[in-house]
Amino acid sequence: MAERQILEAPVAEGAHDQHMVVNMGPQHPATHGVLRVVVELDGEIVVRLQPDLGYLHTGIEKTCEAKFYHQVVPLTDRVNYLDPLSNNLCYSLAVEKLLGLEIPAKGQYLRVVLAELSRLNSHLIWLGTHAMDIGALTMLLYTFREREEILRLFEAVAGQRMMTSYIRIGGVSLEPPLDFFPRVDAFIKALPERIQEYENLLTGNPIFRNRLMDVGHLSAADAIALGVTGPPLRASGVDFDVRRDIPYSGYEKFDFKVITSDRCDCWARYEVRIAEMYESIKIIRQALDGMPEGAVKADAPKVVLPDREKMKTEMEALIHHFKIVTEGFAVPAGEVYQCIEAGHGQTGYYVVSDGTAKPYRVHMRYPSFATLQALNTMCAGRMLADVVAVIGSIDIVLGEIDR
Amino acid sequence: MSVEMQTKSAVMEGMSDHPAVKALTAVSAIWKPEWFTDAKHDRGELTVSVAPEAICAAARQLQAAGYNFFEDMTAVDWFPAEPRFQLSYHLLSHKFKEHIRLRTFVGDAIDSITSVWPSANFYEREVFDLFGVRFNGHPNLVRIMLPDEFDGHPLRKDYPVEGYR
Repeated sequence: MAERQILEAPVAEGAHDQHMVVNMGPQHPATHGVLRVVVELDGEIVVRLQPDLGYLHTGIEKTCEAKFYHQVVPLTDRVNYLDPLSNNLCYSLAVEKLLGLEIPAKGQYLRVVLAELSRLNSHLIWLGTHAMDIGALTMLLYTFREREEILRLFEAVAGQRMMTSYIRIGGVSLEPPLDFFPRVDAFIKALPERIQEYENLLTGNPIFRNRLMDVGHLSAADAIALGVTGPPLRASGVDFDVRRDIPYSGYEKFDFKVITSDRCDCWARYEVRIAEMYESIKIIRQALDGMPEGAVKADAPKVVLPDREKMKTEMEALIHHFKIVTEGFAVPAGEVYQCIEAGHGQTGYYVVSDGTAKPYRVHMRYPSFATLQALNTMCAGRMLADVVAVIGSIDIVLGEIDR
Repeated sequence: MSVEMQTKSAVMEGMSDHPAVKALTAVSAIWKPEWFTDAKHDRGELTVSVAPEAICAAARQLQAAGYNFFEDMTAVDWFPAEPRFQLSYHLLSHKFKEHIRLRTFVGDAIDSITSVWPSANFYEREVFDLFGVRFNGHPNLVRIMLPDEFDGHPLRKDYPVEGYR
C-alpha cells in the first residue's frame, strides 16, 4: 500500500513513452485556486498524478514569528478565508492553553455559535462550487444567497465580512450587538428549508449522481495512512470527530451526531457534508437556547484588551491597553498543540513559546494539505473528468495548503 | 486542565500505564528502551523524546501501541544551540482519543518515516524545503512550497523575516 501511494519520481520525468503528460492548472477554474496538478494520461485514463503546490506561499509562519501574540490573530483569517472563525478559534485556544486562561461560559458558547456558522459558510461554498464544477451551474447562486446572510452576521459582530478576527486570545473582541441572536435564530430557522431545496436540485439529479457515485474511492485504511481528516475521513467510514472525541470550547455540552458513511466515494462526501449542515444547525440552536449570561472575555487585564469605554475613563485600563498594544504580553515558555474540527477537517496549531511576547514558532496544520496527498490514490485508473469531481469532493482551499 | 509540568522521572512514575510510555519502555525486536531519552507532561500534553537514529522504530512502536494516525510534523530551529533542530511529530489515536508529541533533536539529517505513515510525505518535504533538514529514504525529497532554484531555508532563525534583497 505504502509504495503505491507515494510517487517515486516527478510525473514529467518518469512518464511512459505512449502516455501524455497534461498540466491541470495553476489557473484551472476547477482547482479552486492556484493548484497545479501534473497528470499522466493513457488516452483519457489517469495513470497517475501529482499535485504541485506553493503558488500561494506567503511565508505566513515566518511572519507570525515577528509579531506579538495578539497580532497573529488577523493573519490566521487569511490562511483559510472560507472558514475564518475556526482559524481564530484554534489559534486562540492554543495560546490560551499556553497561558492557562479560562474563558467565561458565554464566551465559549458564542465561539461555538460562530464556529458553526463558519462551518456552514465553508460547506455552503463547497456545495456551490463543487456542483458548479460538475455542471450544475445554478447551485452557486442559491448557496451564495445563504452565505451572504452568514457574512452579514459576521459583519454584525466583527465589522468585517470575511477577515473577521473576532475570536481573540481570552474570549471574543466585543459583545455582539443586541439584534445578533434574533438574526441568527431567524437564519437557522430558515436554513433547513433551503438545504432541502439544494437537495431537491441535486440529490435526485441523475447527472449529479452519476458524476459522483463510485468515483474517487478511498478506503478507511488508505484515508488513515494518507492523513485524511474531517468529512472525507468520515465518508470513508471512520467514526471520529474532534468536537465529540477531544472536546474543546465546551462542545461536550452539546448533543449532536457524528455523520459517517461506508460508501467511501464522492457521493458519500456529499451526503456527509449535507447531513453535517443539519447537525451544525442543531448545535447553534442548543447554544442559542442555553446562552449563559455574563462576560464574553476572560478577566485577565494583562492579556485581554479593555473595553473601549473603560479605556477612556479609567487610568488602569488605559495603562493596560497601552502596554498590550506597544509591548504585547509575555507568554510562559512551553509548547502546545491544539486541534479542532474545522469545516474542512482537523486544523491544528502548534505554538512554541520561549517566554517572550512573540511566538518562537507557530506551525499550522491544515487539513487540505494532508488531504491532497490522497488525490493520486482516488484518481488513478479513472477518467480525467473525474479528477475535477474528486478535487471538488475533498474541498480544498489553496490558502491553507500553501500558507 | 493546568497540570504541573512533569519531567521524565515523574512521568515514568505517574503515567507508567499510559500506552505510549508502556510502548517506549518495553523491549521488542525493533525497540530498545534506552532510545527513550526524555518525557514530559505539560499543560495536559504528553511529550516523549527519542534518540534521532531511532525515529522510525519509535514511530512503529507507537503505531503498534494504538497511535494510528500521523497528524502533523514540523521543526523548531533552536539556533545557535546544537543539535539545532527539534522535530515534533504529533500523533493521534482514534482509539484513545488523544494526541501525543514525539520529539527528537537533529543536526541536519534524519530517517524518513514515510515507510510507517505515507502521510508524512508532504510534511517532510515541507521541513526539507523551509528548514533544510534532509530525510533519508524519502521517495521524492524536493522543495514543495518554494521554487526549485530558491536559495536558502526561510524558516531558519538566521534567515531575516524580510528576506535578502
